[in-house]
Amino acid sequence: MRIPILKLHEYLLITIQVEMDDQTALQFQEDLLNKIHDTGAKGVVIDLTSVDMIDSFIAKVLGDVVRMSKLMGAQVVLTGIQPAVAITLIDLGISMREVSTALDLEQGLDKLRLELEG
Amino acid sequence: MDIQSCVEVRNEWDIVSARQLGRNMAKELGFGNVDQARITTAISELARNIYLYAGRGKICIEPIDQIGRKGLRIVALDNGPGIREIRKVMEDGYTTSGGLGAGLPGVKRLMDEFSIESTVDVGTEISATKWLR
Repeated sequence: MRIPILKLHEYLLITIQVEMDDQTALQFQEDLLNKIHDTGAKGVVIDLTSVDMIDSFIAKVLGDVVRMSKLMGAQVVLTGIQPAVAITLIDLGISMREVSTALDLEQGLDKLRLELEG
Repeated sequence: MDIQSCVEVRNEWDIVSARQLGRNMAKELGFGNVDQARITTAISELARNIYLYAGRGKICIEPIDQIGRKGLRIVALDNGPGIREIRKVMEDGYTTSGGLGAGLPGVKRLMDEFSIESTVDVGTEISATKWLR
């Protein structure tokens, strides 16, 4: 299964709407980095509104892809984390402290714009 | 009420099957969104431990109906290498996988009751219960 990555001007938009198995998550990591490379995108929004569970593995893959993108020069914002997901992540002991987040897609794009245009 | 259902864990996709089964049963029992997410996540972590450390095993999920109290129990069983130092794996931040799983302390926090029995070279049985509030 491949997660679609959309290009919008200098941004990439991803909305995760599938139940992610390990392979899908790792494939997504690779696809996103390639897409950043190919498009020269400066900002990425990964929307998690439809995701009802993030376990430690998916959290690690997401945290890693944020850091990998940063290495390449692209900023990533995670948006739409559901209340139940936020609660379970903290219960698990995963704070994703260094990851930029926003309430929804709209605020995520605003945040990117602010960070990139200063 | 339904009797227990089990999922064999042999590969990464079985982890997804186990948590889907857990979510369906939790929903059916009337757990709210947050507890559904807790139960599903706990199953995912336990199934991943089986896959990572034992190679294969199973996750069984059963509704509990005691007098005045309803809940759901997850049992994770494997015949893997066992855990030599249980006290250590129950410490936050202890890892032998380089941080692939959040570990058992996380699972314990997600659930209401938690117990673990492990014998080296025989296997591990972890049982975790969430009560319906």
